[in-house]
Amino acid sequence: MSIDLALQYLVAGLTYGSIYAVVAIGFNIVYSATGIINFAQGEFVMLGGMIAVSLSRIVPLPLAIAGAVAATAAVGALVEVSLLRWLSKPTVLRMVVITIGASILLREGALFLWGEGVRSLPYFTGDEVTSVGLLGARVSPQVFWVLGTVALIVGTLEWFYRRTLLGWEMRACAANKDAAALCGVPVRRLVSLSFAMAAAIGALAGAVVSPITYTSYAVGGPLAIKGFTVAILGGLGNSGGAVAAGLALGVVESFAVSVLPAAYKDVVTLTLLLAVLVVRPSGLFASGEAARLKEF
Amino acid sequence: MHRLLRTLALVAAASLPVAALAAPEPIKVGALLAVTGPASLLGAPEARTLEMRVQELNAKGGVGGRPVQLVLKDTGSSPEKAVSFARQLIEEEKVFAIIGPSTSGESMAVKAICEEGKTLLLSAAAAEAIVNPTLPHVFKVAPKDSFAVEVIFQRMKKMGISRIGLLSSNTGFGKGGKEQVEKLAPQYGITLAVNEVYDKSATDLTAEVTKLKGAGVQAVLNWSIEPAQSIVVKNVRQLGLTIPIFQSHGFANVQYVKAAGSAAEGVVFPASRIVVADQLPATNPQKPVIEAYRKAYEGRYGEEVSTFGGHAWDAFGILVAAIEQAGPDREKVRAAVENMKGFVGTAGVFRFSPTDHNGLDIGAFELCTVKNGHFVPLGN
Repeated sequence: MSIDLALQYLVAGLTYGSIYAVVAIGFNIVYSATGIINFAQGEFVMLGGMIAVSLSRIVPLPLAIAGAVAATAAVGALVEVSLLRWLSKPTVLRMVVITIGASILLREGALFLWGEGVRSLPYFTGDEVTSVGLLGARVSPQVFWVLGTVALIVGTLEWFYRRTLLGWEMRACAANKDAAALCGVPVRRLVSLSFAMAAAIGALAGAVVSPITYTSYAVGGPLAIKGFTVAILGGLGNSGGAVAAGLALGVVESFAVSVLPAAYKDVVTLTLLLAVLVVRPSGLFASGEAARLKEF
Repeated sequence: MHRLLRTLALVAAASLPVAALAAPEPIKVGALLAVTGPASLLGAPEARTLEMRVQELNAKGGVGGRPVQLVLKDTGSSPEKAVSFARQLIEEEKVFAIIGPSTSGESMAVKAICEEGKTLLLSAAAAEAIVNPTLPHVFKVAPKDSFAVEVIFQRMKKMGISRIGLLSSNTGFGKGGKEQVEKLAPQYGITLAVNEVYDKSATDLTAEVTKLKGAGVQAVLNWSIEPAQSIVVKNVRQLGLTIPIFQSHGFANVQYVKAAGSAAEGVVFPASRIVVADQLPATNPQKPVIEAYRKAYEGRYGEEVSTFGGHAWDAFGILVAAIEQAGPDREKVRAAVENMKGFVGTAGVFRFSPTDHNGLDIGAFELCTVKNGHFVPLGN
């Protein structure tokens, strides 16, 4: 395989990989703060894209995206406040079932509001055929927007968790909810905040990626599954691990197409997942000991 | 009190048969259409067309004095749902006939059920396998995929193309097209340097298209009915490939062109004449039928017609013509459809026979291309 062909596969892999990584980060944010696996995460990505497209008809693009992010964050917080907060006996199984139900509700709601068609934002720079040369490979400028946005999200989250009081409080919730509550951390509010954050991040990714992949009412489901796979692969709760695992998975999938028939793409992903889970059940980048101490 | 109630009940019961006699019993026509799901750009126009036609017909008094009642089921492009709805329509609703399904995969799944239930099925899907082997109650109104392939190959041969890359989706339509392509390619001296299948809900095909780039093909042929048709086109152009792109007749809804934007310019695909109707000569027998459909549909729904809505129009037209000819008797209507010759529809002029339940030939297809976001005939 020539260098430019390999580079082409690499860039394709990094593009999908970063999408999976962002969904996985959303899973991790909620999991860290609450121990819940939120299967509605895929729907937040869908909502971000759909709302941004609708808003882009009335306001300029950056405002449309900001509006979509804010609206989806509100939806995320609403899901938490209305469905999960009032559970008297919150077991993991119940949370999973409730979030799957929420995802179905959001998906059907989107179908009702927007119909079944596919839609996308216009390309941020250039159009459907522009592409930039990169050492022999040709890449759409939108890919750079996607990768840049994911890097921005990861960077901001790192800063948030390490340098702000709110971030520390969320980490305290993640480590031990009762102890954090005893220390005066407003646990309930932070749980809502974590849902809102995960929704906002998913929405931003959904909006930026829509010119490449289109969005429609049904894209949330498969995305949630891939994102969950990547979150497990990287170690639940470990956002850096999610990014690394997501990019790695995307690249592996992409190169797999070069040697195997493309129809086997998902087979490769799932085989990899199974292999990793057999050897390192807590995920590639998580600490085995810390994982054993968690309930899930 | 009791006697009063009993009397009232008797009177009510006695008047029921009279009430039933007064209103003519509607003819139930079932429809299995992919209004949502990956094939929604096929099923949604089909559903709208059927609803429009049924309303029109009922406003004129129905067929043979009886109104038509449309029982529409949304299969979500899923063969499994199509099967369960087909059973429901045949066994519970006891419909007179079924129009649809929209896709080849669904049609193959419900074929046997409709034959068992002796219910006439007028499929709007493309795969030749739907009517080959022929089942007495199964008909299709969309031209066969083998014709679409031949029309494309004839053009490729003319252009001197011999080495192509085939991308198809893993639906019944994609598989059917792939089979026909593989079967017919040697006859036209065409080799498939790359032959890849992708998932129907795929959102990015850059890796598959990169494989095409690596193999140095002279043209790309894509066979699917999902939004992937638009994505492939974009990916090919973004990778800097300027080779000709051919699509299947699944591309014949202008929404796919809108989704692909400027990347769709110059894409070549076969389609029924409905998509270029305004450019047909006035002598063409299909022109009045197509124009009538276009005016009605575009006037009511505000969107451009597609070949798919046209299939629903044809299927309903054929069914009504058969009922008017033979009366509301299932077997007689079936025989009427089987022997119908010269029905002018949006897809072509139908000539059914006991061995040909499709009734269309290769002339049903016109090679079209995209220019400035509109469909135009390709010409020579």
